Amino acid sequence: MKVPYISKILATCLLLAVPCLSMAAWNINFQPGNTLLADDIQQLHLIVMIVCVVIFVGVFGFMFYAIFKHRKSVGHKASNFHENTTVEIIWTVIPFFILAGLAWPATETLLAMRDTSSPDMTIKATGYQWMWGYEYLDEGIQFYSALSTPQGQIDGTEPKTENYLLEVDNPVVVPVGKRIRVLTTASDVLHAWYVPALAVKQDAVPGFIRDTWFKAEETGVFRGQCAELCGKQHGFMPIVVHVVSQEDYDAWVAEQKQKISGKELGAPIKLVADSQ
Amino acid sequence: MEAAHAHDDGHDHVPSGLMRYVTTTNHKDIGSMYLWFSFAMFLVGGVMALTIRAELFQPGLQLVRPEFFNTMTTLHGLIMVFGAIMPAFVGFANWQIPMMIGAPDMAFPRMNNWSFWLLPPAASLLVLSLFVPGGGPGAGWTLYAPLTVQQGMGMDLTIFAIHILGMSSIMGSINIVTTILNMRAPGMTLMKMPLFVWTWLITAYLLIAVMPVLAGAVTMTLTDRHFGTNFFNAAGGGDPVMFQHIFWFFGHPEVYIIAIPAFGVVSQILPAFSRKPLFGYASMVYATASIAILSFLVWAHHMYTVGMPVEAQLYYMFATMLIAVPTGVKVFNWVATMWKGSMTFETPMLFAIGFLFLFTLGGFTGLVLAVVPVDVQLHDTYYVVAHFHYVMVAGALYAAFGGVYFWLPKWIGKMYDERLGKIHFWLSIIFFNIAFFPQHFLGLAGMPRRIPDYSLQFADFNMVSTIGAFGFGMAQIFFLYILLKAIRSGEPAPAKPWDGADTLEWTHLPSPAPYHSFEDPPQIR
Ligand SMILES: [Cu+2]
Repeated sequence: MKVPYISKILATCLLLAVPCLSMAAWNINFQPGNTLLADDIQQLHLIVMIVCVVIFVGVFGFMFYAIFKHRKSVGHKASNFHENTTVEIIWTVIPFFILAGLAWPATETLLAMRDTSSPDMTIKATGYQWMWGYEYLDEGIQFYSALSTPQGQIDGTEPKTENYLLEVDNPVVVPVGKRIRVLTTASDVLHAWYVPALAVKQDAVPGFIRDTWFKAEETGVFRGQCAELCGKQHGFMPIVVHVVSQEDYDAWVAEQKQKISGKELGAPIKLVADSQ
Repeated sequence: MEAAHAHDDGHDHVPSGLMRYVTTTNHKDIGSMYLWFSFAMFLVGGVMALTIRAELFQPGLQLVRPEFFNTMTTLHGLIMVFGAIMPAFVGFANWQIPMMIGAPDMAFPRMNNWSFWLLPPAASLLVLSLFVPGGGPGAGWTLYAPLTVQQGMGMDLTIFAIHILGMSSIMGSINIVTTILNMRAPGMTLMKMPLFVWTWLITAYLLIAVMPVLAGAVTMTLTDRHFGTNFFNAAGGGDPVMFQHIFWFFGHPEVYIIAIPAFGVVSQILPAFSRKPLFGYASMVYATASIAILSFLVWAHHMYTVGMPVEAQLYYMFATMLIAVPTGVKVFNWVATMWKGSMTFETPMLFAIGFLFLFTLGGFTGLVLAVVPVDVQLHDTYYVVAHFHYVMVAGALYAAFGGVYFWLPKWIGKMYDERLGKIHFWLSIIFFNIAFFPQHFLGLAGMPRRIPDYSLQFADFNMVSTIGAFGFGMAQIFFLYILLKAIRSGEPAPAKPWDGADTLEWTHLPSPAPYHSFEDPPQIR
C-alpha cells in the first residue's frame, strides 16, 4: 500500500546531512491510515507532491543553471531581452491544465469525504473545556472522556510512559467495518475532533452541530487530539478510539447498559469556568 | 505638484535631538523610524518565539504554564505581523516611493508623522496586556470567538491596539496612494514606475479595503464581551463561525499585504544584480493585480474544517488553486530575469535568491493545503505553521533583509561589510530551514499547533526545530551588529554602488540621499 513518498525522499536528502540519525525514529509522513478515505488522501497528497517536486526541480534547475553559468565572474555578458509574449502565454496557460488535473481527483475525494449519508451508527462528540463528552445516539450510552496521563508525568516528576498525553479514562469504542457518523458540537468554545489515522477532523462549534464519518478497516487503538485552540488545557484533551470486532463491541454495549441500569453514570462533570 | 511644494518652505532648520523625530514630517526620517521600530518589534516578537520554542524543546511542561504559552503564541503572531513586517515595508515605502517617482516627499507629511507615532502606543498596549489582571490575550493571533469572550482585560487592550494599528495603516495607505497617483515626476507614467512602487500602490488599496473589516470584527468581539451583544454567541442568535468569515476576509488579503511589497523589493534587486531589465514588467503588474483581486475571493480556505457546504469547499478550492497561476507567472519572470544575465552575488542578491527559492517552496505547500481533503488532515497542525513561516519569514522577511542591504548605501551613505552580510545570509538560511523544515513532518504526523506539550512521537523533530530557532535568533542579533558597524564605520558609498541599478534614487541622487530630494522634479525621458 505504501509507495515511496516523494516527501520521504526529500527528507532523506535533508537528513543525509546528519548521518548519525537513524531514519526509523523520525516519522516524516502521515500516520498509516486505517480507512479507505485516509488512503485516498495520502494518494492525493502524493500526487500533489510529485507535481510540486517536478515543477520545483524544473524551475530551480533553470535558476541554478543560470546562477552557475550566467554570472559575471565567469565572464558572461548580460543579454537585454525583457519580454517574450509566446513564452509568457505558455507559462500562464500550462499551469491551468496542471491545476485542473489536480482538481479532478481532489474533487472526487472531497465528495466521498463529505457524504455522511446512511451511517450504521451515530455518535455525538461534545467538546468541553477540557474533555470530550460522547453520546451513542442509538444505544443511549453516554460518558465523558478526559486525559488520564498523571500530572507528575507532565511536570516531569515521574517518567513519561508510551502514550503520554494521548490516553483517556473512557475511550470511544466502535465496531470495525461500520460507517460511523460523528456529530460534533461544543458547550463553551470551539474545539475540533481530530484522529489522524481515521482521516477525520471536524470543528466542534458551540450551538451548532456538524458531522463527519469514518469506517475503520482494521481493529486497533487510534489516538488524536483537539485541534482547535480552546484555552489553557487545549493540548490536554486527547481523543482515543478503540476499533473492536462486532462481538467485542456488543459486549461493551451490554456492559455500558448494565452500568446505566446500576445508576453508575461515571464521575459527575465539573465544568471549569476559568478563563484562557 | 503644487501641494507637494507648499509644505517645503520653512523646513530647512531641523530641530535637533528627540524633537526632530517627534515633530518630523520628512519622509526619510519617518521611514527610518518605521524601520527601527519594526526591528525593535522583531526582537520582541522573536523573544516570544524563542520562549515558545524553548518550552517545546522537550515533551513536558518545563518553563511556562499553558496559559502563558498561549499568550506567547498570540502576541508573537500579532507583533510579528502588525509590529514587525508591516511597518518594515511601510518604512521602505516612505524612504523609497518619493525617491523612486521623483517626488519631494509624501503627499501628506503631517499625517505621515501621525501614522508612525500611532504605532508605539499600540505596541505598548500589546506588551502591557501581559501585566494586567487575567494576563495577555491567549486566543491565538486569529482571535477566534468565543474564546476571546472568555479572556481577561488583556484582550481589551489587544482590541484597542488593533484599532490603533488599523488607523495607522489606513492613513499610511491613503498617503501612499495619493503620493503615487499625484506626485510622480513629469514623464513618469504609471507603466514606467519601478515595480516596487506598483506593488505598494496595490498593497495600499488592499489595506484600505480590509483594515476596517478587521476593526469591525474586533469591535464586535468587544461589544460581545462588555455590552451584551451576541454576534458570536449561538445562544443569543449569533454564530461563532461568522467571526472566522469576517476575520479571514481581512486575513487572506493580509497575507498579500505582507507578500506583495516583498515581491516589489525582490523585483528591484534581481534585475540590479543580473544587470538585465526585469523580465515581463507588464505581466508582473497584471499578475500582482490579479493576485490582489483573487485574495478577496478565497478567504474560507482557512476554514475547510468548520463544516461548510461541500459546494462552498469546492469553490474555495478551485479559486485558491487559481492563485497559483499569477504567482507562477511571477516566479517564472524572476527566473527569466536572471537568465542570461551577468550576475554577481552581493548580500541583497543572496537574500533575493533565498526569497525566490524558499517562498516558492512555501507556495507549493500552499498548493498542498488548497486541496481540501489533504487540508482536512493538515489544518491546524504544524504543517500550516511551517507553510506560513516559509511565506512570511523566508518570503517577506528575507525580502526586507535584502532591501535593507540594497538601499542602506543610499540611506546612510556608507557601505555595510559585505563579508559579514554574506555570513548573515548563510546563518539565516541554514538555521531557518533547521527550524521550520522539520515542522512539515510534525504536521504530517499529526501534531496540532498551539499546544505547549506534545506526545513522545514528536520529540525528535521538535528538538531540532528549537535548535534551529535559537540559531536563527542569534543570526539576527548579528544583523544588528552589521547595521551598527555600517552606520559607525562603513566605507563611504558611491552614488550608485550597484552596476545594474537604474531607478531614480541611484541615477539622480548622491549617497546619502539629501534630506530634501527632488525639490525640482527630474525629467523622465
Ligand atoms: Cu479543545
